Amino acid sequence: MKVLVAVKRVVDYNVKVRVKPDQSGVDLANVKMSMNPFCEIAVEEAVRLKERGIASEIVAVSVGPAAAQEQLRTALALGADRAILVETDEELGSLAVAKLLKAVVDKEQPQLVITGKQAIDSDNNQTGQMLAALTGYAQGTFASKVEQAGDKLKVTREIDGGLQTLELSLPAIVTTDLRLNEPRYASLPNIMKAKKKPLETVKPADLGVSVASTLKVLKVEAPAERQAGIKVGSVAELVEKLKNEAKVI
Amino acid sequence: MATLVIAEHDNAALAAATLNTVAAAQAIGGDIHVLVAGQQCAAVAEAAAKIAGVSKVLVADDAAYGHLLAENVAPLIAGLAQGYSHVLAPASTNGKNYLPRVAALLDVEQISEIVAVESPDTFKRPIYAGNAIATVQSSAPIKVISVRATAFDPVAGEGGSAAIEGVSGTGDAGTSSFVGEEIARSDRPELTSARVVISGGRGMQSGDNFKLLYALADKLGAAVGASRAAVDAGFAANDMQVGQTGKIVAPDLYVAVGISGAIQHLAGMKDSKVIVAINKDPEAPIFQVADYGLVADLFEVLPELEKQL
Ligand SMILES: Cc1cc2nc3c(=O)[nH]c(=O)nc-3n(C[C@H](O)[C@H](O)[C@H](O)COP(=O)(O)OP(=O)(O)OC[C@H]3O[C@@H](n4cnc5c(N)ncnc54)[C@H](O)[C@@H]3O)c2cc1C
Ligand SMILES: Nc1ncnc2c1ncn2[C@@H]1O[C@H](COP(=O)(O)O)[C@@H](O)[C@H]1O
Repeated sequence: MKVLVAVKRVVDYNVKVRVKPDQSGVDLANVKMSMNPFCEIAVEEAVRLKERGIASEIVAVSVGPAAAQEQLRTALALGADRAILVETDEELGSLAVAKLLKAVVDKEQPQLVITGKQAIDSDNNQTGQMLAALTGYAQGTFASKVEQAGDKLKVTREIDGGLQTLELSLPAIVTTDLRLNEPRYASLPNIMKAKKKPLETVKPADLGVSVASTLKVLKVEAPAERQAGIKVGSVAELVEKLKNEAKVI
Repeated sequence: MATLVIAEHDNAALAAATLNTVAAAQAIGGDIHVLVAGQQCAAVAEAAAKIAGVSKVLVADDAAYGHLLAENVAPLIAGLAQGYSHVLAPASTNGKNYLPRVAALLDVEQISEIVAVESPDTFKRPIYAGNAIATVQSSAPIKVISVRATAFDPVAGEGGSAAIEGVSGTGDAGTSSFVGEEIARSDRPELTSARVVISGGRGMQSGDNFKLLYALADKLGAAVGASRAAVDAGFAANDMQVGQTGKIVAPDLYVAVGISGAIQHLAGMKDSKVIVAINKDPEAPIFQVADYGLVADLFEVLPELEKQL
């Protein structure tokens, strides 16, 4: 089956971002950017499906600025066969991204779309589910295991109380959780080979999709700082403080 | 203006997060209705009718809604939403699963995990693992919002007497089916609503050593949580993960044991009232958010602590 993987270029997960003084957003100048970690897991899962002979072709798609080509090249180095960049400098909401992905799905007709469960910048956790609504496909969100079961997909999901297993008709959308797999690193030869793999660029207008949004960011502030605490010297002192000062036990 | 709150439940009992979500609806203002979608969920509907401030409970009782499969409940909710200005659900794994599907069916953006209501169209929500708080305004005709339960004090679960009304939906979409689940049963309080949470990290070294935390938790009536590293290593179950991409907790007391304090972990617990960190590394970032830090070997501290409590 053909598998489509959505990858987002985001601030690296090790970076602690700072809010701009004018409260217009966070400062991303000279900050390390990477593939969203949940998207790395999505690419890895697609590659494993191909290694198991289930996936026949892997197409990586990103919506973002020209620089997102870097993340698509990474996906190609990890094992994707070709890539599509929907190029825009606008910061789009999840609904607009889902609409653009839907247009790509209409064209590519994959049997399976894998997205991350959450982008670590917006922390939205929406896009995969929205794409599922727009396509009418079944959704297996927060997946920790994906198996083929005849003409269906069996997906184990991480839920609040534990784990849940669903069976989905294909085509379907899966969103990845942390325990689905441990992504590999791209080898140098594969990074070199990835430079020759096809990467196509399209514009939202080419796809006939309006990216207008109903959401406006009025301001972005730093969170309230916690007061610096104290170090205690012993267990006895800790217990005393919790009882008499903090009064929480 | 009226808000439809989607109830969180397991068909037998109403979950506490519903009360926090109704609190967010009250902050918005207007009439509040609650939808209970489930299977043989009459007891939940009765409990929802008693929530203070709720004027109507809609019940969609159908086998198709028994496991809240998104393919089935999203069209139900989107259909009902037409009569409302706001649709709210808790940011539980259920809410996170079906609500964006509802929003897309309604062709509106979703506002995820709000922590404050500024006005009926303006909300605050954390982004970048809580390192920034965005104030967002929505011009959508129907505002679809998930609510971070810990940010809203729950309304009373008693005192209301809402009318209960049956509704029907579109039934089974036929694209997904429930196969099974493994639900952890525990006598300890639920992680996200516990008054005290004790979490263990990679420093615990094994799942067996988590017994030290359980013993302490039982003395304090606490829930036990874990860092991602502890869950990945198999020391603790996935539903115990606290953090940016796990559960958000804000108890009166949070005790972090053998946890370094990565930003992704802090995102899930830094709104706790009192934070205690036990770590042998004095430079561990967890100490920057701890009210009381103890630099020591956890294997010496935990037995001692159990004795002294
Ligand atoms: C996309 C993404 C999402 C993530 N989401 C989450 C999330 O939701 N929640 C989360 O927790 N993490 C999350 N993480 C992982 C996070 O970045 C850290 O890797 C993780 O929190 C580290 O866990 P830890 O503190 O237990 O382990 P470590 O960082 O290894 O820290 C272990 C600590 O134990 C201390 N220690 C060791 N032995 C002892 C001893 N005998 N006595 C006392 N102290 C001792 C050490 O000094 C150290 O500070 C996420 C990461 C990514 C990339
Ligand atoms: N701009 C984008 N380009 C490609 N994929 C995206 C984009 N935004 C979100 N996604 C996908 O949707 C997932 C969840 O993102 P979000 O809903 O924004 O939290 C990500 O892990 C990606 O797989």
